[in-house]
Amino acid sequence: METQVNAEKVLDIVRKHEDGWGGMIAVLTDIQYVFGYLPEEALRIVASATGTSLADIYGVATFYRAFSLHPRGKHHVCVCLGTACHVRGAQMVVEEFERQLNIRPGETTPDGNFSLETVNCLGACALGPIVTMGNAPSTKVCPSDVRRILKAARKPDEEADSLGASVAVALGREMEEVTTI
Amino acid sequence: MNGMIHMTLNGLTVSVEAGMTILEAARFFGFPIPTLCHMEGLSPYGACRLCVVEIGEAPRSKLVSSCSYPVEEGLVVRTASARVLRARKMVLELLLASCPQSKVIQDLASEHDIRQQRFRQEHEDCILCGLCVRMCEEQMMAKAIGFRGRGEKRSIGTPFDVHSEECRLCGGCMYVCPACQLRCTYTEPDKAICGGCANISPPCVEKDPYDDMMCYMAPCVACEIKKD
Amino acid sequence: MAPPLDSLEVFKTFQQRLAKGRKADHRTIVVSAGACGLASGAQKLIEALQAEMHDEDTAAQVAMRVTGCHGFCELEPSLLVEPEGTFYPRVAVKQVGRLVKAVACGEVVTDLLWTDPDTGKPVARMEDLPFYRKQLRKIMGRNEKIDPVRVESYIENGGYAALVKVVEKGNPDWVVEEVVRSGLRGRGGAGFPTGVKWRLLAKRPGREHKFLVCNADEGDPGAYMDRSILEGNPHCILEGMLIGAYATGATQGILYIRNEYPLAIAHVRTALEQAYEQGLLGNHILGTEFCFDIQIVQGAGAFVCGEETALIRSIEGKMGEPRQRPPFPIQQGIHGEPTCINNVETWANIPLIMLEGAENYAGTGTSGSAGTKVFSLVGKIKNTGLVEVPMGITIREIVYDIGGGAVDGASVKAVQTGGPSGGCIPVSRFDLPIDYDSLAKAGSIMGSGGMIVMDNHTCIVDVAKYFMGFLKDESCGKCYTCRKGTQRMYEILEDITEGRGRKEQLELLEELALVVKDTTMCGLGQTAANPVLSTLRYFREEYLEHIGNGRCPAGVCKALITYSINENCTGCGVCASNCPTEAIAGKRKERHSIDASKCIKCGNCRSACKFNAVEVV
Repeated sequence: METQVNAEKVLDIVRKHEDGWGGMIAVLTDIQYVFGYLPEEALRIVASATGTSLADIYGVATFYRAFSLHPRGKHHVCVCLGTACHVRGAQMVVEEFERQLNIRPGETTPDGNFSLETVNCLGACALGPIVTMGNAPSTKVCPSDVRRILKAARKPDEEADSLGASVAVALGREMEEVTTI
Repeated sequence: MNGMIHMTLNGLTVSVEAGMTILEAARFFGFPIPTLCHMEGLSPYGACRLCVVEIGEAPRSKLVSSCSYPVEEGLVVRTASARVLRARKMVLELLLASCPQSKVIQDLASEHDIRQQRFRQEHEDCILCGLCVRMCEEQMMAKAIGFRGRGEKRSIGTPFDVHSEECRLCGGCMYVCPACQLRCTYTEPDKAICGGCANISPPCVEKDPYDDMMCYMAPCVACEIKKD
Repeated sequence: MAPPLDSLEVFKTFQQRLAKGRKADHRTIVVSAGACGLASGAQKLIEALQAEMHDEDTAAQVAMRVTGCHGFCELEPSLLVEPEGTFYPRVAVKQVGRLVKAVACGEVVTDLLWTDPDTGKPVARMEDLPFYRKQLRKIMGRNEKIDPVRVESYIENGGYAALVKVVEKGNPDWVVEEVVRSGLRGRGGAGFPTGVKWRLLAKRPGREHKFLVCNADEGDPGAYMDRSILEGNPHCILEGMLIGAYATGATQGILYIRNEYPLAIAHVRTALEQAYEQGLLGNHILGTEFCFDIQIVQGAGAFVCGEETALIRSIEGKMGEPRQRPPFPIQQGIHGEPTCINNVETWANIPLIMLEGAENYAGTGTSGSAGTKVFSLVGKIKNTGLVEVPMGITIREIVYDIGGGAVDGASVKAVQTGGPSGGCIPVSRFDLPIDYDSLAKAGSIMGSGGMIVMDNHTCIVDVAKYFMGFLKDESCGKCYTCRKGTQRMYEILEDITEGRGRKEQLELLEELALVVKDTTMCGLGQTAANPVLSTLRYFREEYLEHIGNGRCPAGVCKALITYSINENCTGCGVCASNCPTEAIAGKRKERHSIDASKCIKCGNCRSACKFNAVEVV
């Protein structure tokens, strides 16, 4: 399931960040936003366009958690494992997701529907444990909520979560602002 | 200004050239400091932590890696204080716990009177000292291999784990590697910390017991020679 | 829309015009809508309020302001009514109609107010709530007044007045010395005196650039103060950096924000755009010769990039590996140029110091730790949220007076400060004052301000294991002692929590922890041992319970506990239907039971049971 990499798009991104201070991370962040992950071909194009060695670029791509060298699932489940969420039982929630999706964090289900990841603190500690899929966080999640969350995700037309939908609107707006500049 | 710096080294007042590292200064005066990830001709890295020395005076003294700390006017350095020796011993214990079959590590351990390690035994082929990466980048100007990942998942290899176009098959990476250079082939590698092993044949010649070792050359020169 | 502010006089005129424009008897409903507020449903409230207020009569009497976080996260979505300061917690959409009508008449809706659980009486004003009474909200308090996406709102509330004062005075050295005199110490965790850092930077010429960096990487799990300041009052950071640039001769500012904070990034981006438009950034700021640029650089998910030298490498586009110091960032930072890195909260304090004066600022807090500190009070506590207190207040006051104590009848066991670099402080030491030096003596650190409360249902060994797991994941992996040290410490803690612990391992753990602390190059590794060492110091008996008696007193470590069903069971069967291994058996309306051999202790039954019938033994 490899994406066709449009070389022009990649070169545009490289050009866009030539003068700024964002560096390689800014380039890779944009590439990931456009393609959904970091395709090998895209990184090779960046190497030849910038003169930075492919080994260095690959190092950056694998060092930072935000980047993925493999396509993610249609629904990317992020469970917060910050300290506040942990003392409220977040680890049990992760294990329940592992059990129901039959994958470990960092993996994607064979049908490409779900991928699972743990994050080290989203900064919404008063509402933990937190689970987010894209832009819609569910709050105060316990293991018995997991089934409901996955079921709702599989039906995209219903509102997954009344809280989630409102945040999706708010954060979705913000996300557009972030990425079109 | 003649570029000389005065500092105290193991109680002696000495003058050294500015720009030297503590390691260079100590070796100049004959004080032994063990190293693993350091090599003449390559930039210092400070990964193995074996070369730590104690600087400053109590209660503000601390340990720093001597290979990467530049000498300063008035610096007070102790290369073998109790704190330093304690640290070195633990580092060597950790090294033995993960990479026991490396003769270089075994020799260092026996020099420091370490006869056992108390952790769960692992058998890793790489201690991530980075000598191969620096060799490839600085001496060979190729940058075919590099570090990937972070923390426990850190490793060294070519991008995407495929044959690299930048690799010129020089074998420099294997030449400098402390873990794969000389391996002890005593029958029970876990227990063998003899320091007197006379086996000096390259490990890849006996490739079978060492499946996971780093071998970036394809085809490998040593393997080719063995075939003949 | 503000006019281009191309001179100091134009700015002052504009500021005065805004102040005059305020309507005295106008009431404003303020919505707390930071990321927490939005996650709790603030967006729906905003829409409902807009619907209720759109007719002309109401609009003439009541206005709405959407702001960042007000701090009392437990009770969001919350509303505040100005000018009285009436506080409405957990407002539901269906209550909005009543509220708006009451506000328009200047009345209070008593049954929607917060009720004190001890007295049973409703409390109307925000400042009278026990949560807020002992706080000194010099920085967070501005969030309620300011609309973060409108620069006029910031200026109306005294924004950029400090910058004007500094520019008018025309003496950069004076600014540096004011910061030194104020006693401000870095709020990122290490507590280095900020003024001293600035003094060193001011003396260093750069080749082409001199950098000021705002470290908004806020990686400590459980800490989100910086997020709240960036979302709610982004301009105060820009103003702080401008003042810093004026004082030290810096040419380029960089705001390094972690990518997990999209709302904060968006608000800062808007603030930057507006500041540039108004002539508050860029060339000829306020019509003077002063020039300064600020750009956002986004992080990509690496805790270690909160460390100065790793942050610099990250900005340079490389892997975030720290390096040996000397040379220090002030001498050689980004691309070899002099660089000064300060935390978000440190920058937020700068305009305050300029306006209040150094002596006044130094008058709050303690002599060694001046000013206030924002903490995120989270975990097993009633009143979770962001609290801003003067340095020197005791932990007891924060946990019980402000925080309201433990939840659900549990008892507080310890407080964890400083994130993964810090340590646990037990209840017996809660009379410690909060300041940099006392916390360090007790075996912890101030850190960035995360304060996690733990109760008797929190296993301390599990907490140490959690932090070690976090650190071994986030370690850059360069130093052997950090990479292998954290891994081996985690292994030992795993053995202990899974019932395989041996007494010798405890000694080995301590020995290893001390060597990791001593030999590792950067702060991450040097403080990695703190969670282990501090828990061993204060809670050794809990470790020994696990090792010697195979028991987890808090009921957390799976290998050492059993789930069972008690007499509260009504036989409803909800637990059994949620059990993934079919370990629960029982007839309807009869007490159910759990087969320990099949039970995997996933916790589904306990969270699903509405009768508190599932116990952990």
